[in-house]
Amino acid sequence: MNAKTSSIIAWMSIAILLSADGALAKRHKPSPDSESVYAELANAPAKDAARRNPMETDREAIPAGDKLFHMHCAECHGEMAEGGKKAPSLLADEVQQSTPGTLFWLLTNGVVRRGMPVWSKLPESQRWQLVSYVKSLSGPPKPMPDQAHTKD
Amino acid sequence: MDCVNDASHKMRLSRKYKFLLAPIVTILFSVVVHAQESPYIVTYDHYLEEPGNLEVEYFSTFGTQRGGNDFHAFWSEFEYGATAWWTTEFYLDGQSTFGESTIFTGFRWENRIRLLQHEHFINPVLYVEYEQTSGADKILKEVEGHDVESDYATPNSTARQEHDHEMEFKLLLSRNFHGWNFAENTLATKNLTGGNPWEFGYAIGASRPLALKASAHHCNFCPENFIAGVEMYGGLGDRNSFGLHDTSHYLAPVLAWNLPNDWTIRLSPGFGLNDNSHQFLLRWGLSREFSGFGEAISRLFGGRQ
Repeated sequence: MNAKTSSIIAWMSIAILLSADGALAKRHKPSPDSESVYAELANAPAKDAARRNPMETDREAIPAGDKLFHMHCAECHGEMAEGGKKAPSLLADEVQQSTPGTLFWLLTNGVVRRGMPVWSKLPESQRWQLVSYVKSLSGPPKPMPDQAHTKD
Repeated sequence: MDCVNDASHKMRLSRKYKFLLAPIVTILFSVVVHAQESPYIVTYDHYLEEPGNLEVEYFSTFGTQRGGNDFHAFWSEFEYGATAWWTTEFYLDGQSTFGESTIFTGFRWENRIRLLQHEHFINPVLYVEYEQTSGADKILKEVEGHDVESDYATPNSTARQEHDHEMEFKLLLSRNFHGWNFAENTLATKNLTGGNPWEFGYAIGASRPLALKASAHHCNFCPENFIAGVEMYGGLGDRNSFGLHDTSHYLAPVLAWNLPNDWTIRLSPGFGLNDNSHQFLLRWGLSREFSGFGEAISRLFGGRQ
């Protein structure tokens, strides 16, 4: 293979990447207010949604989750989780009112057809740390309904 | 007429500059992201590149050779996440055989397609690759059919005269369990030149981060930044003579160091498991992931902001 052929092949590859990006990004890139991504939260099986966060009493969970968020998530969801061109806000009620188990389930399974990859490559503990951080964005933790009932 | 030629010339120049600018713009506008890369060099797990991201990788293999000169084979990979379910990758291969020459040995175009939307007990990914390489290619990215060590003893000047066009298909199966990743790849290859039969091979791997919880501070040497494991790969003969006879097999510990400053380093000493195998293969690799590559290129060519 001579240098000219190699060069042609290299530029053909770039052209393929460009066409893939142009065609597929338009089809699959979610809009910032993508309701369909939030709707995916409702698909979490009840058993998964009911899971408790084993890291909720771990004092390092939120700062560790903060670090993980900025490593893996902020590029799409924004530095403050406010949402970006590629992914919706995590400050929205749909997310903040979801159970930790639901968020963990979504993180594990992704929303592949909407562009969110599966994050099961992060160990389970790290995914729970991320959930701790995301839930912390809505302010201090509120008492669970059953705890509130006990106080009454 | 001159005006038309002038306009056409300017347009050609403009296009040329856009292509020349592409790599610069990519670097300027791309955000470097922290990768959580698997340590495998031959085996694939079921994780694809994040959409719109470009990962640039360089790998090296030093191999011992009985009946010939030892070699250093190397390849570059450009891995792009086209969507969350499709990753496409372009390879350029080369090698230096000590006491002989350094040559370019071909290219590969690989695609991985995730078959199921959600995580399951086992997660399948379909792998399709076209490769155009010379007989002197020694990167040993996969071992197939009756590939044996003596095949690589042919001098470069002779081996490079042989040209192969191959289609390669793999079924990648992988699962994560309690922090461990287990992956199994089955491969089938067809050389499109000549009447060669289908050839088969396998790769299996297991790996785990040294720590499952992330620490709260940024650090280079935190145990969660290291992923260690082992992989084994080899040939399974071909359609006419399927099995383990006249095949080569390797066992290789693997280690990846995911640095917080966005680089990943991989190291893998591999050991031949029978007389048909190279006795020792030392592999290492360096990679860096760039986020927003697709968007940066799209902007350059007037795409949607």
